[in-house]
Amino acid sequence: MPICARAGSRAVRKISRFKAMKNKRVESAKEAVADIFDGASVMIGGFGRGGVPEVLIDAVCDHGVKDLTVISNNTGTRETGIARLLKAGCVKKMVCSFPLATESNVFRDLYNAHKVDLEVVPQGSLAERIRCGGAGIGGFLTPTAVGTELAKGKQTIELNGREYLLEVALRADFALVRAKQVDGRGNLTYRMAARNFNPVMATAADTVIVEAIEDVPVGDLDPECVITPGIYVTRYFVSGTYKSQM
Amino acid sequence: MGTATLEKAGLDREQMAKRLALELQDGWLVNLGIGMPTKCLPYVPPERDVLFHSENGIIGMGPPPADPADADNDLLSAGKSPVTLIPGGCFIHHADSFAISRGGRLDATILGAYQVAENGNLANWRLPNARTGSVGGAMDIAVGSKRVFAIMTHVTREGEAKVVNALSYPLTALRSVTKIFTDMAVIAVTADGLVLEEVAPGLTPDDVQAATEPKLTVSPSLKTIEV
Repeated sequence: MPICARAGSRAVRKISRFKAMKNKRVESAKEAVADIFDGASVMIGGFGRGGVPEVLIDAVCDHGVKDLTVISNNTGTRETGIARLLKAGCVKKMVCSFPLATESNVFRDLYNAHKVDLEVVPQGSLAERIRCGGAGIGGFLTPTAVGTELAKGKQTIELNGREYLLEVALRADFALVRAKQVDGRGNLTYRMAARNFNPVMATAADTVIVEAIEDVPVGDLDPECVITPGIYVTRYFVSGTYKSQM
Repeated sequence: MGTATLEKAGLDREQMAKRLALELQDGWLVNLGIGMPTKCLPYVPPERDVLFHSENGIIGMGPPPADPADADNDLLSAGKSPVTLIPGGCFIHHADSFAISRGGRLDATILGAYQVAENGNLANWRLPNARTGSVGGAMDIAVGSKRVFAIMTHVTREGEAKVVNALSYPLTALRSVTKIFTDMAVIAVTADGLVLEEVAPGLTPDDVQAATEPKLTVSPSLKTIEV
């Protein structure tokens, strides 16, 4: 029957295409971070403890790299996340907006002992520098920080009677991203405010490594709700937990 | 003057938060900074629809969860305390969150302050003797918000004025503060200088002036803050 035959051929096309797809999943956090090298720059998503890929960070600690430049909003909460990396001696420099929260005791001690370098970037400029890095834009003009000590060494440009700073794009060798759901193509959704820097960082690194809570079959994610298209994702690891819950 | 008067007559932190909350108008989108500012949220009159923005990508931030067991690291305020999302609230990523603040979408922001100068210059991110500070989103939010409300004690613990002629603390944003809310007074920053609009109960304009560096113009409609 012609109708059935047509439907059949469509189904075959669908299956063969699906088979040709390379699944981006790896089975361990260790495998996921194995290519991170000494001296690499690494963007790490998260704000406070929300959306921090803590399982991947722990794997980087165990991997034992050194001299990393870490780009992230904070410097870790107590002994978790980036604080673990700092304590393990993996980090040469932090690029962040909020280095010294009450719970940043590990960073504070290292910074006071002059054992780690720091570049403080206003939070919005940090996010936009990363967005530009991912979007192929060299930099942008912002009124943020004009006249402050964080403008030191930066070019000022007057445009239409307002003064702006020239901020340059930021990219990294690696991005560690925390997602809620992932499929085999690497399409991502996020969980509430755990989204924060994650989708922006996912666009701005050569290698993008994802820690996701849940793996779903390709085709199950509502295409309207995918926040990060899988084209940005190099590989992913499924942690299978809501570790982020308090 | 100063601290001695303050102890018997100034507003406490809850009263300061309550006074500031009354400033937030129906239909506004308001960013809340870290610390004191978050205290204002529960005091917004219920008949006003005020939407709160948190820099970490929350539009429609609600109060802390009624049951502490509902606290979730994936839903925190800028100060990293557990919050909720109101019905119709949503999440955005960080670059979009700061596009909102720089792009002029915030009707107001409430920021803590170390010092505010006569011309509205704000200092709130680094202590003068510290090697570095945590700027967070303060610089981006202060430059982009239509109104910047600074909330702070009127004087330091040592009794020094925090409303000053010129900042001695590191600058956060030039000419940004529009109104100052302290335990002693409400002061508007205008093109003609500082205008004393309200005083705390039990204080006189002279008490406030004595604790303030720049000259204050007393508003013809001066009020006592209702507590």
